[in-house]
Amino acid sequence: MRNAFASKLAELAKSDERVILITADLGFGLFDDFRKNYPNQFLNVGVAEQNMIGIASGLALEGYIPFCYSIANFSFMRCLEQIRNDVCYHNLNVTIVSNGAGFSYGPLGMSHHATEDISLMRAIPNIDLLIPATASDASFLTEFAYKSGKPNYLRLDKSIVPIDNSQTANKPWELLENGEEICIIASGGIVDEALKASLKLKEDFSINPKVVSVKRIGQNSNTEVTNLLGDVKLAVTLEENVKSGGLGSFVLELVSDNNLDLKVIRLGIDDKYESIVGDQQYLREINGLTSQDIVKAIVSYVENKDMN
Amino acid sequence: MGKLFNMNSIDFSKRIRISVLKMINNGNSSHIGSALGVADIISVLFRKVLKLDSENPKDASRSRFILSKGHSGAVVYAAMAELGFFEREKLMTHYQNGSTFSGHISHVNNPGIELSTGSLGHGLSVSSGMALALKMLGNSARVYCVLSDGECDEGSVWEAAMFASHHKLENLIAIVDYNKLQSLTTNEDTLKLEPFDAKWKSFGWTCVRVDGHDHDALYDAFVNAGKDSKPTVFLADTIKGKGVSFMENSVLWHYRTPKGEEFSLALSELENS
Repeated sequence: MRNAFASKLAELAKSDERVILITADLGFGLFDDFRKNYPNQFLNVGVAEQNMIGIASGLALEGYIPFCYSIANFSFMRCLEQIRNDVCYHNLNVTIVSNGAGFSYGPLGMSHHATEDISLMRAIPNIDLLIPATASDASFLTEFAYKSGKPNYLRLDKSIVPIDNSQTANKPWELLENGEEICIIASGGIVDEALKASLKLKEDFSINPKVVSVKRIGQNSNTEVTNLLGDVKLAVTLEENVKSGGLGSFVLELVSDNNLDLKVIRLGIDDKYESIVGDQQYLREINGLTSQDIVKAIVSYVENKDMN
Repeated sequence: MGKLFNMNSIDFSKRIRISVLKMINNGNSSHIGSALGVADIISVLFRKVLKLDSENPKDASRSRFILSKGHSGAVVYAAMAELGFFEREKLMTHYQNGSTFSGHISHVNNPGIELSTGSLGHGLSVSSGMALALKMLGNSARVYCVLSDGECDEGSVWEAAMFASHHKLENLIAIVDYNKLQSLTTNEDTLKLEPFDAKWKSFGWTCVRVDGHDHDALYDAFVNAGKDSKPTVFLADTIKGKGVSFMENSVLWHYRTPKGEEFSLALSELENS
């Protein structure tokens, strides 16, 4: 996903000299070609994230199109006020690129767990959250951010859904699999767990859920939501983010605002920090964020429904 | 600009001090001390130094001015009204319901204002970004950023300072309104800034001390700034509340709204100055 982003950015930089990549001293190895080919469009500001956003804002005010790269949480939490006051209040075409979504950098410890950003960035007005699940998504959303003329937050994951959805990467809510009555909604690399759960449910339980990848939270239209969820009775949301205020909360809000009649089960991280060492998959397991957890929740719902 | 040809910066500063006093009284707001203290710096900049055109607020060759100490917004609104950016009547809407003139300077629907500020420590970074952009674009316009002394407690100011000198932003001029007071007491008793000159010099800036109320000294300083591939900072010694005797050097008048008799006294002092 990171490479798809870097390639697309290089393409954009080649055709538009206003594109400028800014990093807060991270991205070792990733930007070597970029830096060599477009030296005037690469800027390392050092370990100074608040200044990075201020510099990006000044550049954007003068017509540049900055992409600010760092590892989460430094990319946005360290400089959240600058993002809010300087970028978003001035509606500048600045894209905050956060590498390391969720537990991507699991064993490095909690300082490197980007597990609150969906919640926090949702609350900041005038910035859209872009959450790719595939390489094509990452590529598309990078270009989308560039063309948008406004602030964006791009959440890059280490894990990825290894499918080619280049024809449908442009859909903000993408129906990866059609189905009945039950819908699994997820964002980011963890969408892969949703697809695995769907396969298991079909094979072992004859349950045929929809699977939706939510890639854009921000300027969403109500029609696509009602189209996808109108006939659904249960939505199970899955995110590598805290439950509080994240993707699941977003779905609850949409259900309420659109008067949809369906139950929502939210899978996400509870109100705690993770101090156990583990890679992304391990930490998903101990936090109840795997395909098995989805299957369990859905089977239980179906069984209870049948009993009643 | 016709009206201004016969007005020197001293008269300009008298006019904007009176405007600010009336605006803050009318709006029931704070920060009169700050506004009066920085009024001479603002006057010299807006009347004599900055290249600005109210008919073309976005002209590419214009001087960029950023008020990083956003709480002095009233005095910049007043200066820009003198330059024709706003109707003077609009000044009296400051801090009132429905106005676009918020207490901290705001750009929304206020043509000519480059940046909204209010949280200290942001302006120098944005100014540095602009200065870098102008340098890369081969644009000779300069960027002027006014900061407060207390604002220099913020680490982000020093991040920007390191960046500006590293990137040799000679087109960047910072001015610190150095009145030695901050929110609760003096800089000295809060978080020592001295040796302030030495700090900026060690960060690679040209640092010059100047009397923040001497118009000639300020003008000479500004026009001679920007040399040796270094950004320039002026530590302008000022008196908070300058121009109204009972407001001078007072922390109280950072907050207090001039009303009733205090307002009348202040107004008469300024009018008779």
